[in-house]
Amino acid sequence: MDLLSDPDNLDLYLTGFSWILRLTGAGALGALVLGVILAGFRVSPIPVLRGFGAAWVNTFRNTPLTLIVFFCYFGLYSTLGLELSEEIDLNNFWLGVVGLAVYTSSFVCEAIRSGINTVSAGQSEAARALGLSFFQVLRMIVLPQAARAVIAPLGSVFIALAKNATIVGTIGLAESSNAMKTLINDNGSQVILIFVIFAGTFAAFLIPTGYLFGWLANRLAVKR
Amino acid sequence: MTSVAEGEPLIVLDRVNKHYGPLHVLRDVSLSIDRGEVVVVIGPSGSGKSTLCRSINRLEPINGGTITFDGQPLPAEGKALARLRSDVGMVFQSFNLFAHKTILENVTLGPVKVRKRKPAEAKERAMALLDRVGIANQADKYPAMLSGGQQQRVAIARALAMDPKAMLFDEPTSALDPEMVGEVLDVMTSLAAEGMTMVVVTHEMGFARHAAKRVVFMADGQLVEQAPPAEFFANPQSDRAKDFLSKILTH
Ligand SMILES: Nc1ncnc2c1ncn2[C@@H]1O[C@H](COP(=O)(O)OP(=O)(O)O)[C@@H](O)[C@H]1O
Ligand SMILES: [Mg+2]
Repeated sequence: MDLLSDPDNLDLYLTGFSWILRLTGAGALGALVLGVILAGFRVSPIPVLRGFGAAWVNTFRNTPLTLIVFFCYFGLYSTLGLELSEEIDLNNFWLGVVGLAVYTSSFVCEAIRSGINTVSAGQSEAARALGLSFFQVLRMIVLPQAARAVIAPLGSVFIALAKNATIVGTIGLAESSNAMKTLINDNGSQVILIFVIFAGTFAAFLIPTGYLFGWLANRLAVKR
Repeated sequence: MTSVAEGEPLIVLDRVNKHYGPLHVLRDVSLSIDRGEVVVVIGPSGSGKSTLCRSINRLEPINGGTITFDGQPLPAEGKALARLRSDVGMVFQSFNLFAHKTILENVTLGPVKVRKRKPAEAKERAMALLDRVGIANQADKYPAMLSGGQQQRVAIARALAMDPKAMLFDEPTSALDPEMVGEVLDVMTSLAAEGMTMVVVTHEMGFARHAAKRVVFMADGQLVEQAPPAEFFANPQSDRAKDFLSKILTH
């Protein structure tokens, strides 16, 4: 049966990329929430929180993602018995999301922190002098102005996240790279075509994403 | 409330010391400022004037001595510190208007978020204050669109919107082109005339002569001498002050 006309193949392909999409979406959301909190920790006046933020970033940014995802599966699930869903696929998915979010949050945190550093100290001093609390200063004055400088690097982080999502295949989720492996095993003569299709699909999604973030960054840069 | 009575000291610094690492920036500084008093702080660059000013609302924590404001020692942190800061207006050399907010939003932010005033009420008050400093027609612009003198007048309106008990000015005209200095000093002079308690770090001797009740001279982190402006300028006591005045008054 031909590679392109077999409906089972299409199914493999679509399932694979829908997992990637879901991993990326959930992972990005988790990483963003964690990353903002961690960045808050890293600029907070409380030494313990600053230390925690720094330790988190240094640990997870310097550990291979494969190891983190393996740890989620073999450590959290197999050993510690943390089951995130009764369905095996969904369990693997959520374990993968945890790994991706934890790993990516360290990059999000650093992107936000370097954005915060572009906001002059006078801005937060003026806000503190009015009697605003640390969180109010961060939320109302610093983060909105940091956003301009954060959008573009954040785009790169999320693009990396989408590609990194394929690593969740190593714990058994039938995402795109597993789908590709299956297809190659069954259609040995069309390896190149399979590669082109899968790589092309990533590019088709990620190139516009890159432009979108670039456009957003420009828009925010002008609005002052 | 344990507010101090009229004429009693509003701000009291008692043997205040401040270090930056090995650098001893404030040395046993004692200073008492009455309610309604205008004190001008002068002295050579690096003598600790900004640090003194910033220690009063605890933007810089001190290492020794005590500071009391309105009868209370400065709180170390948290809500109490924020409340203290909301009662002390601060005007910076570099204006520090919130760059992403309009002029009007700059002035209403504190009243709405800190004082919990109704937005409409805060807006009305802000417009009156902007009118007072002559910027009402620029209310919807962003700070970067205004001249330095205009920005500094907005910064004063922003501080006034909190109904502060005292105002701190750290070289408010030093970053301005000469033709804009007057418009800012005019606003400050009228505030002084209305009885606002003010601590003003400035080298504007005209302002010191006309608006200040007292001039405080600092050198090397020490409060070297203090006197009413006429007396201080005519007859400085210390060699440091004589030397300093000869340098700034000759040009
Ligand atoms: N954040 C800081 N860290 C280290 N040294 C500082 C800091 N701020 C000020 N200083 C030093 O403290 C001294 C007094 O500074 P400052 O109060 O700004 O003086 P002035 O306002 O009279 O020019 C200077 O020697 C200055 O270099
Ligand atoms: Mg200074």
